[in-house]
Amino acid sequence: MLAFVWLTVITALRVLGRNRLRAGLTMLGIIIGVGAVIAMVSIGEGAKQAVQKQIATMGTNVIMIWPSYMTIGGVRGAQGGAVTLTVADALELKKRIPILSETGWLIRSTMQIVNGNRNWNGPVHGVSPSYVTIRDWSFSSGGSFTQTDMESAARVALLGQTVVENIFEPGEEPVGAIIRIKNVPFRVIGVLSPKGQSVQGSDQDDVVFIPFTTAERKVFGTLFLGSVGGVFVSTERTEDLVDAAEQIRQVMRARHRLQGEQPDDFTIRTQVEIGKVQEGTSETLTVMLMIIASVSLLVGGIGIMNILLVSVTERTREIGIRMAVGAKRFHILIQFLIEALTLSVVGGCIGILFGVLAARLTTVIAGWPTIISSDTVAVAFVFSVVVGLFFGLYPANKAARLNPIDALRYE
Amino acid sequence: MNPLIVGEDIWKVYRVGDVEVQALRGVSVTIEQGEFVAIMGSSGSGKSTLMNILGCLDQPTKGQYRLNGVEVGQLRPDQLAEIRNQQIGFVFQSFNLIPRTSALENAQLPLFYRGLSLKEQRTLASAALQRVGLKGREHHSPTQLSGGQQQRVAIARALVTSPSLLLADEPTGNLDTESSQDIMGILEGLNRDGMTVILVTHEVDIAAYASREIVVKDGQILSDRATKGRSQVVGA
Ligand SMILES: Nc1ncnc2c1ncn2[C@@H]1O[C@H](COP(=O)(O)OP(=O)(O)OP(=O)(O)O)[C@@H](O)[C@H]1O
Ligand SMILES: [Mg+2]
Repeated sequence: MLAFVWLTVITALRVLGRNRLRAGLTMLGIIIGVGAVIAMVSIGEGAKQAVQKQIATMGTNVIMIWPSYMTIGGVRGAQGGAVTLTVADALELKKRIPILSETGWLIRSTMQIVNGNRNWNGPVHGVSPSYVTIRDWSFSSGGSFTQTDMESAARVALLGQTVVENIFEPGEEPVGAIIRIKNVPFRVIGVLSPKGQSVQGSDQDDVVFIPFTTAERKVFGTLFLGSVGGVFVSTERTEDLVDAAEQIRQVMRARHRLQGEQPDDFTIRTQVEIGKVQEGTSETLTVMLMIIASVSLLVGGIGIMNILLVSVTERTREIGIRMAVGAKRFHILIQFLIEALTLSVVGGCIGILFGVLAARLTTVIAGWPTIISSDTVAVAFVFSVVVGLFFGLYPANKAARLNPIDALRYE
Repeated sequence: MNPLIVGEDIWKVYRVGDVEVQALRGVSVTIEQGEFVAIMGSSGSGKSTLMNILGCLDQPTKGQYRLNGVEVGQLRPDQLAEIRNQQIGFVFQSFNLIPRTSALENAQLPLFYRGLSLKEQRTLASAALQRVGLKGREHHSPTQLSGGQQQRVAIARALVTSPSLLLADEPTGNLDTESSQDIMGILEGLNRDGMTVILVTHEVDIAAYASREIVVKDGQILSDRATKGRSQVVGA
């Protein structure tokens, strides 16, 4: 049996080698199909991982709470109408919900940042020290501010990489320097390590952190003391996120005295939910890829079927001879199936090669990240085998069902 | 011992559109192991049809055919293939070698379907080629061989399994006199070694090699007689 399969493969290769152009053209469908799928899946996987990295820059097990404007009877209230989120809310959450490990808050504004004769207009965040921890910010030099800085409303600042690049000379050490934010002098005590783009696509490194209290008392000129732009909390375990989010909602609704039908005056988002939204996008992409893959494999398969039908007709006499000397139906069936498989598998392998090459080129030329996983390659290979078997079956069966006498007489 | 071939009232009817062609009309024939039979008759008389049925390539429309005591008429295609592989060797007028495939591989073919190892296939096929005088031509493809040589490859392929029955349908029909003599010499030798040989021919001097002559006319046996046989003449 092994000798039979082996010799049949050799025969198949010889037959295909004799009609190289024809075999090549036949394989084209499979080559293009498999190649395109490999390339696009690699690009898709690369993009997915990039997004996952961005989601990871949010921190670990983070829940965000934003104020949302009240809607009364479906009509949105005027912007900035009411103060809906405060430091007191954040402290209450920490007190009432034990599974929260950290609670932080921030207030945001865009301001002019000046160092000597250089200036930069960028976002300035007044944050609690825990906010820096929750967001997993690390430092390329210096360090964070402390609870004491917070309580004394110290004029200290942490600079993001983009801000450093814009207001300092290359090589100049920012830590220790005095900068001015809205004309208030601040001492730089830390430079943040770069995080890159956020999930929303904004530059996370274009930021200056100052203590929350300093911001509200000395820089921003906030109308209502204690009003915050957002509360960030984190949990120890990822599994607790959903539960924590629900508890937060209950506590907040109670604090804000919202009854029955009244909608929340805040928005809660967990890191997991944001991840899911991104996954949804990549799922759409996957479905589209599947469609492209199916269509091209279908076309490739039909090509194989077509050429095999031609081959069966051309070699009817040979089939007759083989049957005359004792080939059973199954022998003939296997012979043509192997021929179909050879076409599809060789085509598939060439396609895989082209796909990998295309992915590499995409990375080199366009700079997009690509990931070629062995799973993708394996699936592509299996698919080419399946296509060969499926589309080879009809012609092979047709050959196997020939009557030996008719086949021998065929001109 | 049972006769090798017992055919009883064999009919073969072809249907072409609305027309019915009765290629065989009640042929009964018995052939013993080791016989050398020549079948003669005019074109269209049904000789090839009969050979195909005897060779299990085809089945009778009506009647019985027993080969080595086995009723062939009811067998399925794969069982017929098995019988052809185990017991029968074919030689055709048009050689019927597989194109672009070496003499050795052509001769190996029946062994290939018997599932022998590649080595056994090669050894037996080489021996068969040597037997028909083609030593040294193993790797020639059909187009690199003369008609006579091609027919010898076909004979090597037929005898490689040591079948009990060798069927040759006008084996010399496409050959010149000299090649024909060579081919007949080989068949004669095989018959002398005990193989049953049935041969279809139009030529009297080819038929003269056989020891029995059956004449077919319009799908029926017209005459069936023993001839003195050339081998006996040569042997005497
Ligand atoms: N597949 C077929 N379909 C229809 N008719 C057929 C078929 N095969 C043979 N016949 C008819 O059966 C009859 C016998 O044919 P066969 O081939 O047996 O003749 P033959 O004696 O071998 O002739 P020749 O000496 O020319 O080879 C012929 O009339 C032929 O037309
Ligand atoms: Mg004939």
